[in-house]
Amino acid sequence: MENTLYTVTVYSENQVGLLNQVTIVFTRRQVNIESLTVSRSAIPGIHKFTITAYTDKETIRKIVLQIEKRIDVLKAYYYTDEDIIFQEIALYKVPTDSLMSNNETETLVRKFNARILEVTKEYTVIEQAGHKAEIDAMFEALNKNKILQFVRSGRVAITRSPVERLSNFLEEMEARRKEVVNENN
Amino acid sequence: MEKKKITGAEALLFAFAEEKVDTIFGYPGGAIIPVFDALYTHKEKLAFNHILTRHEQGAAHAAQGYARVSGKVGVVIVTSGPAAANIVTGVADAMLDSTPIVVVTGQTSVAALGSDAFQETDVLGITQAVTKWSYQIRRAEDIPWAVARAFYIAREGRPGPVVLDLSKDAQNQLMEFSYEKCRYIRSYQPEPKLRQDKIAEAAQLINQARQPFAVIGQGVILGKAEQELFDFLNKADIPAASTLLGLAVMPVDYRLNMGMVGMHGNVAPNKKTNECDVLIAIGMRFSDRVTGKLSEYAPQAKVIHFDIDPSEINKNVKVEVGVLGNVKKTLPAVTELLNKAEHKEWIESFEEHKSCEDREVVSKDLHPDNGILTMAEVVKCLSDNTGQNTIVVTDVGQNQITAARYFSAFNTRKIVTSGGLGTMGFGLPAGIGAALGSPESKTFVVSGDGGIQMTIQELGTIMEYKIPVKVIILNNNYLGMVRQWQELFYEERYSSTSIQNPDFVALAAAYGIKGRKVEQRQDLAEAVREMIASDSAYVLEVMVEKKGIVYPMVPAGKCITEIMLKN
Repeated sequence: MENTLYTVTVYSENQVGLLNQVTIVFTRRQVNIESLTVSRSAIPGIHKFTITAYTDKETIRKIVLQIEKRIDVLKAYYYTDEDIIFQEIALYKVPTDSLMSNNETETLVRKFNARILEVTKEYTVIEQAGHKAEIDAMFEALNKNKILQFVRSGRVAITRSPVERLSNFLEEMEARRKEVVNENN
Repeated sequence: MEKKKITGAEALLFAFAEEKVDTIFGYPGGAIIPVFDALYTHKEKLAFNHILTRHEQGAAHAAQGYARVSGKVGVVIVTSGPAAANIVTGVADAMLDSTPIVVVTGQTSVAALGSDAFQETDVLGITQAVTKWSYQIRRAEDIPWAVARAFYIAREGRPGPVVLDLSKDAQNQLMEFSYEKCRYIRSYQPEPKLRQDKIAEAAQLINQARQPFAVIGQGVILGKAEQELFDFLNKADIPAASTLLGLAVMPVDYRLNMGMVGMHGNVAPNKKTNECDVLIAIGMRFSDRVTGKLSEYAPQAKVIHFDIDPSEINKNVKVEVGVLGNVKKTLPAVTELLNKAEHKEWIESFEEHKSCEDREVVSKDLHPDNGILTMAEVVKCLSDNTGQNTIVVTDVGQNQITAARYFSAFNTRKIVTSGGLGTMGFGLPAGIGAALGSPESKTFVVSGDGGIQMTIQELGTIMEYKIPVKVIILNNNYLGMVRQWQELFYEERYSSTSIQNPDFVALAAAYGIKGRKVEQRQDLAEAVREMIASDSAYVLEVMVEKKGIVYPMVPAGKCITEIMLKN
């Protein structure tokens, strides 16, 4: 089966050790994690993992179900690029000399919609947000001169649905909680 | 009035009492001494039956045996480091076989965590992959909450093992105790919601089936859905077979019971899996030992899969309909929609394979043409001389398969075996747990000469607590199952499978346990009866055929219809 880049989002309670529980599901099936970002979600107390990995649909489906099986995970979903709006961020450190010698760097900053965060005598830090291909392109261009340091973040992604997809699940679970409470009264 | 404060160690035991724990399997050590001290303080008031095993692995397997026969949660308390490492085999076994156990491991003080302290090991890191939940308790006040959650998680939904890693300071800190049972976890839905559309689709497929066939797994036992299963099978007249872990759900004399599927299952249900038009899997997980070569497993059949665990649907076998939920609820919902049916001709068609197996395998196993005893004769003799209230706990290997094939179980939860993990050494300690979990039954361990020695120190536990377990050692002086593979698939290159054994009867005697060795056929029945009649523990060593092979056998990776009856 053809490998595709999948984006997995995992909603979890904020528990120690969850990251390991999530990543071992990938490790056990020999799927490499391309990028991983953890942050809070729009729902208080609930954390959101955004993970990307190249694999096939069958494998990602099973991975998501195995992740969801972990007790402290509320829900996990997988997407292809068409389903989501996503972004990555990159930081470049370049010598300030090369910035001053001509206007190449300035043109690149404008072209890639990047911005300059800090300028010192020795170096300049440029920030770029975009898709991986755009970041790769800017890297190649800047690297014709010199890049002192480079780092790219993991992907962050958001679905095209108006609310956190988790909301329905939380409503269901809240109904269940009420049921359980009623059973005991 | 100010509430009286107690230590975290006491809180752990009070929490166990709230969960109606009566038996604890354990082994003390530095990082868990406060809990054992609290056991001492409350030995009259709480009156737990604490069983000191001879190795922590034994404690874990004993808790499994206890849980498997009683349906209750098995409980283990051990110390940190090596003890925590030693319980991992039992925990992994419980994970694969969905057995509810709660294991408490001691842990170094919070301040010392991560400092490579004495007997410190990363218990969460080690156990996360083999537990349903594992959690480190660092404060006494979290103990009631964590214990309540642990029991809920171990027991509800698809059961499994939980590890609580309890730091020494949490054991010593003072706290006010109050307990509330866990009934709900926001992030965990133990039973998926019943979907009426899936119920209807399943019923429709079964109603249209001309040759339906059901495969029964342990899910029926875990869901306590035995009666619901019989109602389902009877109404639509569906022949059924068990997986290794589903054995004993259907009595051997039940009209629709066609035996066992899988690598060493019966011929008829294996062959019929690839002839049926609708295959109904109930509370089983299509293990590779059941399916053989996956791409040639029931390719002609429409598959319906009843299971409580959403990750099992379409995991190994692609299914037409997945019916999620507890079979206690889903089966009757489907049964309601079933037409009464009869599949007389289809059911009778199993007979041809059964008589072939009887002729080619069973009669040779039970009536060999030489003087040497077979494993099958011993198990059959035990089965013939015992009644309904008999539990058989097996070890792993040829002894296990022979026990599964030749012990006639008439009641659910009467066969306990390590299916998924295939843990040699499981039998003896699990037998201890089973005997304590079901004191009204007689418990027999069927082991081999290899497996028994992996946990043989538990004879000490049997001695100390006078546990009336009867142990049958089927001795062929070989690691028989591996030897069988070497003979069949590795050109008889017997690498490290012949094994020199101690005098098992003398060893039993050293533990004060009665024993007897049988070498001749004419002594077998009398010896078995003597063992059964004994009120106390008993070790019966039987010298069996050295190079016996358990047939039928589906060679690993082959299609289930390529089942071998002989070489």
